[in-house]
This record gives sequence, C-alpha cells and structure tokens, in this order.
Amino acid sequence: MRALEPWVVAPLQTFITESSARLILLMTTSGQVVAQHGFSRSLDVMTASALGAAIVASTEELARIMGASRFGAVVHGGSRQSCMLAAFGTPRGRWIGLVVFGSETSVGIVQLFFDKMVEELVGAAPKEQPPPPLLAENFERELDTSLKELFGR
Amino acid sequence: MTAADEALERVTQVPGVRGSLLISVDDGLVVAERLMEGIDGRAVAALAASLVQRLGRATGGAGLQSPKFVHLRGNAGSVLAARGRDDLVLVAVVDPDANVGRARIEMLDAVGHLA
Repeated sequence: MRALEPWVVAPLQTFITESSARLILLMTTSGQVVAQHGFSRSLDVMTASALGAAIVASTEELARIMGASRFGAVVHGGSRQSCMLAAFGTPRGRWIGLVVFGSETSVGIVQLFFDKMVEELVGAAPKEQPPPPLLAENFERELDTSLKELFGR
Repeated sequence: MTAADEALERVTQVPGVRGSLLISVDDGLVVAERLMEGIDGRAVAALAASLVQRLGRATGGAGLQSPKFVHLRGNAGSVLAARGRDDLVLVAVVDPDANVGRARIEMLDAVGHLA
C-alpha cells in the first residue's frame, strides 16, 4: 500500500484487512491520487483515477438533474470481480474511493467497512489547511514525485 | 403483506427477539428488516452473510452440507440465521433470555414459505 499522506495509512490498512478488497484507490474529485493498494502499474492508477473521478462527476450531475441529493455509492457487479465507487467529505475536501473486490467478500461488507474507514479518515485528518493548488509550471514535477511515492520507485 | 414481511412478523413475535432481517447472502445486503432501535441492520446483514458464507465453505471443505441453521451465541445475546432458497437468509437478533427454540422453529418454517 502506498499513500501520499501518512495519516491515511492506518484507516486504509484497516479497511483492506477487514473488507478483503483486492484494489483500492483514494483520490480527490479532480482525479489526483491520494493513496493506492494493489495496483502494480502507474498507468493503471492514472487511468482508474481519471475514470473514477469522471464517473462520480457524471452520477452527481445525474442526481442533480433528477432533483435528488448525491448518490451514496455506485456499484458495478461483475461475475469475477465487482467495483464500488463512492465520494465522501473530508477536512481535506471531497475525496473518492474506488474499491475492486471479488467473491471472497461482499458488497455489504465492503460498504460497511468503507463507511468506517471514512469516519476514521475524517477523524485522523490534520486540521491545518491543505497545501495550495499545484502551479502549472511545477505540475509535471509534482505529478512525477507523487507517482514515485505511490509506487516506491 | 408480502411473504418477506410475514416471515419477519412471525420471528419478531417470539419473546426476546429484538429484530429480524431477510438478507441476501451473496451481497450481504438487507432485503427486508424489522428491527428495534439501536440495531444496525446494515452491519448485521453484512456480517451475518459473511458468517453464513464462510461456514458454508468450511462445511463444504469438510465434505458436509451447508448448515441450514446457525446459532452464534454471545454474552449479550445471539444471532440466529436460517438459510432459505436461492441466496436468502433469515436472520434474528435475540436477547440472552430469548426463547431460542421457538425462534428456531419459526425461522425454519418461515424461510420454507419464502418463494
């Protein structure tokens, strides 16, 4: 498991242990990766985070058009593995969790421990202000640094 | 009243039963519930489904049939689960002094009547 911020590690590790999820990606609503577990290639992480953020943005807009409040989670059920996407609020802004799980667990277990992880993340988040947004001139360097931290190379 | 509601009604009428749920064992989600305040149905459904599924795997691995009825006893009460058709499971949360024998009979009979 790799995380850009150390306070994310403990809640995420507990979630992985309790839920038996295969892959998890925590990202901001703009698709910036915060932490990941199970991915082996940076390209997969970047693609999954971009697609996950886009799906959440689409469903939230769909909810707005339908006059509903935000959807709690989107679950794609598959024959071999399933995927859950859920957005949640943290003191560091709105984040998205993308969880891939197989038949060794269930959507009920994943949702239950995901909600517990969100509670722990909200409680563990430092109260100081988040870092300023990345500037255009150092964006590529920051992205490269983040990917190195997330993949340990 | 639906068959699911009838099943829940029968079980919750047993003295000492604090609530009952009909859950999907594959998903670990609540299909129908009748619970007293303070019981987290979603958590009960997810964990009871996991328990039933794992017990099924364990007994399968031992060359036995899946259990039709599970009684998980704790200090503050018990969780009972009766497996129905398809992937439905009827679950009851009961007090320590509940009439577990009657609850068992009602649950097994009720799941037998579920479509």
